[in-house]
Amino acid sequence: MAGADLTAIWISLRLACTTTLLLLLLCLPLAWWLATGASRWRVVIDALVSLPLVLPPTVLGFYLLLLLSPRSGLGAALRGLGLPAPAFTFTGLVIGSLLYSLPFAVQPLRDAFQGVGVRALEVAATLRASPWNRFLTVAMPLSARGLLTAAVLCFAHTLGEFGVVLMIGGNIPGRTETASIALFNHAEALDYGAAYRLSLILLAVCFALLLLVYGTNRRLRATGVLV
Amino acid sequence: MTLALSQTLVRPGFTLDVTAELPAQGITGLFGRSGSGKTTLLRCIAGLESGVRGQVTLNGTIWQDPQHFVPAHRRAIGYVFQESSLFTHLDVRGNLEYGLKRVAPQQRRLGFDEAVALLDLSPLLRQRAPQLSGGERQRVAIARALLTSPQLLLMDEPLSSLDQRSKAEILPHLKRLRDSAAIPIIYVSHVLGELMRLADQLLLLEVGRVRAAGPLQQLLARSDLPLGAMQDGGSVFDAVVQEHDPIYHLTYVLISGGRLAVEHQSASVGERVRVRIDARDVSLALTRPERTSIINILAARVLQLSDEADPAQVLVRLEVGSEPLLARITRRSAAELALAPGMALFAQVKAVALMESSAAG
Repeated sequence: MAGADLTAIWISLRLACTTTLLLLLLCLPLAWWLATGASRWRVVIDALVSLPLVLPPTVLGFYLLLLLSPRSGLGAALRGLGLPAPAFTFTGLVIGSLLYSLPFAVQPLRDAFQGVGVRALEVAATLRASPWNRFLTVAMPLSARGLLTAAVLCFAHTLGEFGVVLMIGGNIPGRTETASIALFNHAEALDYGAAYRLSLILLAVCFALLLLVYGTNRRLRATGVLV
Repeated sequence: MTLALSQTLVRPGFTLDVTAELPAQGITGLFGRSGSGKTTLLRCIAGLESGVRGQVTLNGTIWQDPQHFVPAHRRAIGYVFQESSLFTHLDVRGNLEYGLKRVAPQQRRLGFDEAVALLDLSPLLRQRAPQLSGGERQRVAIARALLTSPQLLLMDEPLSSLDQRSKAEILPHLKRLRDSAAIPIIYVSHVLGELMRLADQLLLLEVGRVRAAGPLQQLLARSDLPLGAMQDGGSVFDAVVQEHDPIYHLTYVLISGGRLAVEHQSASVGERVRVRIDARDVSLALTRPERTSIINILAARVLQLSDEADPAQVLVRLEVGSEPLLARITRRSAAELALAPGMALFAQVKAVALMESSAAG
């Protein structure tokens, strides 16, 4: 396999790992708030968070490009501070992926937290657990399946994204060319041998991930239901 | 030892407005129809309800007053929920230790092994909650609550989700808990029979307000409350087993007003038992009846006569020793005997039921 393809796979993996980690950190509080909060704004935020599911990826990528390119919006402001504009960089890819995969992290977590239910937390409260302690020792373990699902879906979905990373990353080999873009480049150049190899690898990785989820889910007995 | 309460909670379509002072000892039954606010009041005491105004003080420790609200996890309560409450991500041991390890060692009054022995849990320790029967789960939940060494145990209809067999399995444990007098219990139930077995005092709730509060015996004997009619005018007595009579297959128990014979029981001599006498099983005589088949005859004094829904009947409130006893007789008999408050007479008791042996009804 060509070195460029290995680099593309490496970029994809790095992007998927970074995105997954950041999204989980970001989405734990967000999903908790969506699951348990009583604010009127919840519906609006719920809809906003789900937007990337239905929005064409190129639309999201285009808006991000407008926002993050050196000439406009946030990009210019960052340049004013002496920082590089995120468009066409790995950072830009991460920002795009965060938004694009957001619903895949939030929804399983929100559903899992809702499944834990108020009662389990009340039980923990009467057993002297503080609110933070209840979250860590009851809500989190009872949401283990949701957490795993969120992580794997984020990872796999980021690995497979195309439109957003193409728009915001600009398809720069060695820097922002991810595996899925490299695959597209091979196919466009009629280099079917390279395309076969790369798609097979991506297929295998995605299948292995799903196998991991379903295998682990069977063994994770605890769900957010009291008996 | 007192639980002083004054709680107001306004919800759409329901207002809880309760002021009461309960002795924090023995079992206090919180009784009322469904929707009367029993569970809500229990949750208020636990600190689980938000938006409730007023105060809660247990033995001088303030849990709530206009300035302070101690959250549930800082109140020294144990709570046994009506339905399932075991964590599925922990085994039985893990569930028991969840509360235990959150209590400082010097504040623990009950050890792990003691709680396991008290509720008979040692064969279950390594099992996961979903494998347990309903009765076993509730026993684990009770032990788990006790292991936080609470100063007050709150139980919300702990038997209501169980079948008869599981109820029979739990009841002796609850009695043992009560008799060890280790911890005051507030026990919610809409089944009066359950409370007649267990409770020492009652708080009667009606649509979010206190209708009456006081010792169980006194409340059962009050004609202005619906309690008498609800269970056919039963009186309960705490008795002590005096001796067994193997020849006639009887057991004698002592109450403040005398001695009662009941069908032979397995309870051991000296044991505290509770007996129940139905008003319709009590007849009255002005002189001590002789040559009668009735064994249980108690000297009594008339306290009060009250009308019954049935115009042919009257309910006579008597005092036997220092305890109330109800008798339902015909209006004609009452007239012929010229019954009046203060009169001394004899109560013949046709049937005495020991409430220990069978499951709650």
